[in-house]
Amino acid sequence: MSRTVGWILFAILALVGVVGVFLRFTSSRDLAAYGSYIPWGLWVATYIFFAGLSAGAFVVAVLGHVFGVERLRPVAPLALAIALACLGAALVTVWFDLGHMERVLNVFLRPHFSSMMAWMVWLYTAYAIATVLALYGLWRGLPSLTRIALMVGTPLVVFYPGAAGALFGTVVAQSLWHSPVFPILFLFGGVLSGIALVTFATVFFSRKDKDYTDRVWLLGRITLGLLLMYLLIEWAEYSIPMWYQVGHEFEALMGVLFGPYWFVFWIFHLSLGMIIPILLLALWPRNPLAVGIAGLLASSMFLSVRLNLVIPSQVQPQLEGLVNAYRDRRLSYTYLPTLFEWSVVAFSVALAIAIAYGVVWFLNREKKLEVTQ
Amino acid sequence: MPQNGVSQTQDLENRRAFLGKFASTVFAGMVMGGAAVKAEEVKKPLQLPSQAPGGPIQPELEYEDVLVRMQRELEAAQQRGVTPKWVMVIDTRKCVGCHACTIACAVENKLPPGVVYRPVIEEQIGEFPNVSWRFTPRPCMQCDKPPCVPVCPVGATWKSEDGIVDIDYNACIGCRYCLTACPYQARTSDFGDRWTDGTPGQGKMPYEELPMFEYGKEWKPEGHKSPVGNARKCHFCRHRLQHGLLPQCVTSCIGRATFFGDANDPNSLVSQLIHKPNATRLKEELGTEPRVYYLV
Ligand code: SF4
Ligand code: SF4
Repeated sequence: MSRTVGWILFAILALVGVVGVFLRFTSSRDLAAYGSYIPWGLWVATYIFFAGLSAGAFVVAVLGHVFGVERLRPVAPLALAIALACLGAALVTVWFDLGHMERVLNVFLRPHFSSMMAWMVWLYTAYAIATVLALYGLWRGLPSLTRIALMVGTPLVVFYPGAAGALFGTVVAQSLWHSPVFPILFLFGGVLSGIALVTFATVFFSRKDKDYTDRVWLLGRITLGLLLMYLLIEWAEYSIPMWYQVGHEFEALMGVLFGPYWFVFWIFHLSLGMIIPILLLALWPRNPLAVGIAGLLASSMFLSVRLNLVIPSQVQPQLEGLVNAYRDRRLSYTYLPTLFEWSVVAFSVALAIAIAYGVVWFLNREKKLEVTQ
Repeated sequence: MPQNGVSQTQDLENRRAFLGKFASTVFAGMVMGGAAVKAEEVKKPLQLPSQAPGGPIQPELEYEDVLVRMQRELEAAQQRGVTPKWVMVIDTRKCVGCHACTIACAVENKLPPGVVYRPVIEEQIGEFPNVSWRFTPRPCMQCDKPPCVPVCPVGATWKSEDGIVDIDYNACIGCRYCLTACPYQARTSDFGDRWTDGTPGQGKMPYEELPMFEYGKEWKPEGHKSPVGNARKCHFCRHRLQHGLLPQCVTSCIGRATFFGDANDPNSLVSQLIHKPNATRLKEELGTEPRVYYLV
């Protein structure tokens, strides 16, 4: 029954996504709400959202195979499948965002290494190779290959979310991004959301062996710890620029907290994405259902954090009065993603589910591992 | 301004002289009673002034129009054999906010909707009765330390020797990272919009089919081909400079408020202007070292 519902939901998501992608190729970017004064919108936020999920999922496999957390070893295949799926979704989303999608290979053919974006792409590529090799090792029954790939991937999984944070943090012109806390925020955010996603998947999709409850408990504890840690860093992110209630950053953050999209912060992020998962994990640490729901909320609601990292800084005009100097819908300082943009995101989500499902199904069929139910 | 004053006075003088001569002829006719006045005789004393009307009545006040001077200096700079250091100076006190430069630039570079290289920012300062209005034209600053350049993942934009920050439309992948990095929001993205989009009528107008010549190449508007999908910005009309012409915004400025030239030449107009105490640059504190100066 629940399986059928799942398939129906997936079919709807995929259908919406295919329509979105079709529109992306036919109508170019006419239907997107981003422009030249707010150049980066939902797709960039989705991209870093998925990239973070991927990193966090990878960390679970690293904990199991490199740091010897035995209890997590059995979920490593599932975690790696999620890592690969989310990486694929991340790259596809940001690819759709390019003005010249056909030139994407330029980042390999003529990289410009002063750019954090170039670094990030190369780190991603190395990371993707490590992930594929680790999965290949699992499939062929080569534990040492898996282990080596994961060991090589360990520094990468620290650096590439860091590089993604630095991509924003190094931009002098954007006062809200230009902060040393950004790479750290991205790293912890990624690890938190990814581990939360693996927790959710473990609860609902993994084999319930004798260690199941203990494993779920452990993942829940890690998620709880990371949630609390993230709150601490976020407190720094908001309180430092806001304390004396003066300056551009203060105004921009006031916009995040009490502007027209206040609910993104208070409802989606803080309530659904942080406080409820924290309560669930703290009150019912041994209840798989509670832990699973907490994992789902903490991971999926993290998109709101990504949106609040990407958009608000751009909403602040660089020059006062510029918006009235030349009027055009692309030259505006307001941004609300359109249905078209959301439909492309639906495609990415469907793609991630398909990849993860496909990898797990393949590993199961090969009887190499009994990954899921 | 002095120039206008001079020419107005001159006009007045000419008119007065003409009226004086005309009146005396009529008067002469009147006192001569019924005597026939021959047409040739009337015309004879009407001698046209030797100088063209509008010329200076006081030759010592005569000076070269700044456009002529800048044109002369441009040619000299290009023939000196040393790479020029192009700078632009905008006199905000002379700018009247007509937006002619914005439009001239859009025409020159065939800019589609949403792409603008030189908007003019208008700001009201103060409130009635102590109120004034400030105009700030904002081209690309061609920063000497351009934050937009190092961010490009494919090296599609760079600072060239003469100081202009160029974009290679054929290499740019359209990631818009440079748009986020410019503190002056001087870069806009070409989304492929057309002026006639959504208007009733025959579809594309002939002017939308014309090529443009940025960076000295011919770019025909065809589907999603570059520069559609790219980052775009002011380039001091590099293609015009290559042909010995001043940037279009300089030529079209009705208030003679925009100056352009080679700062390597100590005698150029711009060299004289940028070393005045009232010369300033936008967001100086960022250290981007803009090549566009404002006189305030
Ligand atoms: S004004 Fe902006 S686009 Fe122009 S050089 Fe400076 S940073 Fe680059
Ligand atoms: S939009 Fe083009 S020029 Fe700008 S950073 Fe991206 S690739 Fe470079």
